[in-house]
Amino acid sequence: MSEVKFVSPETLEQAVDEYSKSSKEGKTKILAGGTDLLVQIRSGASQPDTIIDIKNIKELKEISNYNGSYTIGAAVAGAVLDEEKDFGNNWPGVLEALRLIGSEQIQGRASLGGNLCNASPAGDSVPALIASGATVNVKGPEGERNMPIESFHAGPGKTNLKNGEIVVNFQFPKKQKHSGDAYIRMIPRTEMDIAVVGCAVNVTIENDKCVDARVALGAVAPTALLVEDASKALIGSNFEKDAVEKAALACEAACNPIDDKRGTVSYRKKVSKVLFKRALEKAIERAKRG
Amino acid sequence: MAKIQVKTKINGEETEFLCQPYDTVLDVLRRDLNMTGTKEVCSTGDCGACSITLDGRLVCSCLVLAAETEDKDIETIEGMAKNGKFNVLQKTFLEHAALQCGICTPGMLVAAKSLLEKNKNPTETEIRYWLAGNLCRCTGYDKIVKAVQAAAEEIRENA
Ligand SMILES: Cc1cc2nc3c(=O)[nH]c(=O)nc-3n(C[C@H](O)[C@H](O)[C@H](O)COP(=O)(O)OP(=O)(O)OC[C@H]3O[C@@H](n4cnc5c(N)ncnc54)[C@H](O)[C@@H]3O)c2cc1C
Ligand code: FES
Ligand code: FES
Repeated sequence: MSEVKFVSPETLEQAVDEYSKSSKEGKTKILAGGTDLLVQIRSGASQPDTIIDIKNIKELKEISNYNGSYTIGAAVAGAVLDEEKDFGNNWPGVLEALRLIGSEQIQGRASLGGNLCNASPAGDSVPALIASGATVNVKGPEGERNMPIESFHAGPGKTNLKNGEIVVNFQFPKKQKHSGDAYIRMIPRTEMDIAVVGCAVNVTIENDKCVDARVALGAVAPTALLVEDASKALIGSNFEKDAVEKAALACEAACNPIDDKRGTVSYRKKVSKVLFKRALEKAIERAKRG
Repeated sequence: MAKIQVKTKINGEETEFLCQPYDTVLDVLRRDLNMTGTKEVCSTGDCGACSITLDGRLVCSCLVLAAETEDKDIETIEGMAKNGKFNVLQKTFLEHAALQCGICTPGMLVAAKSLLEKNKNPTETEIRYWLAGNLCRCTGYDKIVKAVQAAAEEIRENA
C-alpha cells in the first residue's frame, strides 16, 4: 500500500483545496461519521489514499435557525440533531427518517451529508429531505452553489457533485403554518435494516384543503424520487378518497425498482401505495396540530 | 509508512499512540494498548460489542478511525469499575445473570450506562430500542433488560 494521508482541516477552504488537489492525483474520500466509509474501507470496496475528516470544520457542525428557516451542517450526527428539540417540532419527518438510520451507536456518528453523499437508493433521510423542500449548499474550487435534493443524485452510488465539491449544509424552508411532514419505511425487521420502500410526505392545509404537497419515494428506483404527479393529485383536494387513490397510483407508477431478496418489483410497487397512504395520514395529523 | 501520532484521553488518562491511517480505535485499543475489554465481533457497526463513548457519545469503536481521536475523550469498559468497585450496572448484570459467554457484555454495559446517563427512568421499550445495536447470541435479552431496569432503580434511589 502506498502512503495513505489523513488530514483534518479546520476551514472549509482548506478542505476544498485539499480535496480538489488530492482527488486529481488519487482516490480521496471525505470522512463525516464514517458509518458508510469505514465499512467500505474494511471490506476493500474503498481504498482511499487520502482521507479528509470534515468534522473539525465549524460550518459543517453548525445548527442554526434564522427566522424559522433551519440550516443544518452536513456532518451533524443524528443523536446531536435529536437533541435540538425545536428542529424535531418543525421537521418531525426529517428527524424520524434520520433517526431510523442504524442503532444508537450509529446515530452518534451518522450524518445527513453522509447519507446523501453515499447515494444509496435506500438512504432513509433522502426522501424526507426531498419532501421537506430542503436544498443543499455545496462548496468547491469554483465557488458555492445550491441544489435541490431531488437533483443531487445521478444514480446508485453516484452524485452530481463536481471534482472537489463538498456538501456544506442543508437549508430548510421556513415551515408553513398547518404543515406537517412524515417518513415511513418498510423493512423486514423492526430495527437495523435497509428499506424495501421508504415514503415521505409533506402537506400544508388551509381550511381543510391541501394547498401544498410534496411526496417522495426511496428504494424503488436508482435514486430517491420526487413524485410530482402525487403532489398534483393532492393539491386542491380535501384529501378525499379519489384524490388519495390517484396520488397513490402516481407513486406506484413512479416506481422503477429492482428485484432482490428484500422484495420483488410487484411487491415494492404495492408497498409504495400502502406506505404513501400511511405517511400521508401521519403528515395530515401533524399538519392539523401545527 | 509514516505513522500518525495521536494524543487523546482514555478513561481520564492522557494517552499517546501511533497508528496507521486505516486503523480504527478498536484496533488500537486491542492491539496496541492491550485494552481487550472492548470486543471485536463484526467490525461493521452491526453488533455493538465494540461500544465506547467518544466525547460522551455512544459509538462503535470499529467505525471510528484512531487518527480522528486527537484531543478527544474516550471511555471504555476498563473505565467503568472505579477503585476496584463495580459500577451499579456491572453489579446488576451479575445479580440478574444477564450474561453467559460474555462477549456482548462490555458493549452492553457501555451502551446501557450511556442510556442511564441520558434517561434515569427508561421504559422497557426504550431500553430495548437503545440496545437494539447490541447483539447477544446467548441470553435472549430479557435478563439484560431486567438488569438495566434494576440498575436504573438503584441509581434513582441513591440520587
Ligand atoms: C449498522 C449500520 C446500520 C445502518 N442503517 C442504515 C439505515 O437504516 N438507513 C440508512 O439510510 N443508512 C444506514 N446505514 C448507512 C449509514 O449509516 C448512513 O448512510 C449514514 O447517514 C452515513 O453518514 P456518515 O456521516 O457516517 O457518512 P460517511 O461514512 O462519513 O460518508 C458516506 C459517504 O459520503 C461522503 N461524504 C460524507 N459527507 C460528505 C460531505 N459533506 N461532502 C461530500 N461527501 C461527503 C463520504 O466520502 C462517503 O463516500 C447504516 C450503517 C451501519 C453501519
Ligand atoms: S465490532 Fe463494532 S459493531 Fe461489531
Ligand atoms: S452473553 Fe454471549 S453474546 Fe451475549
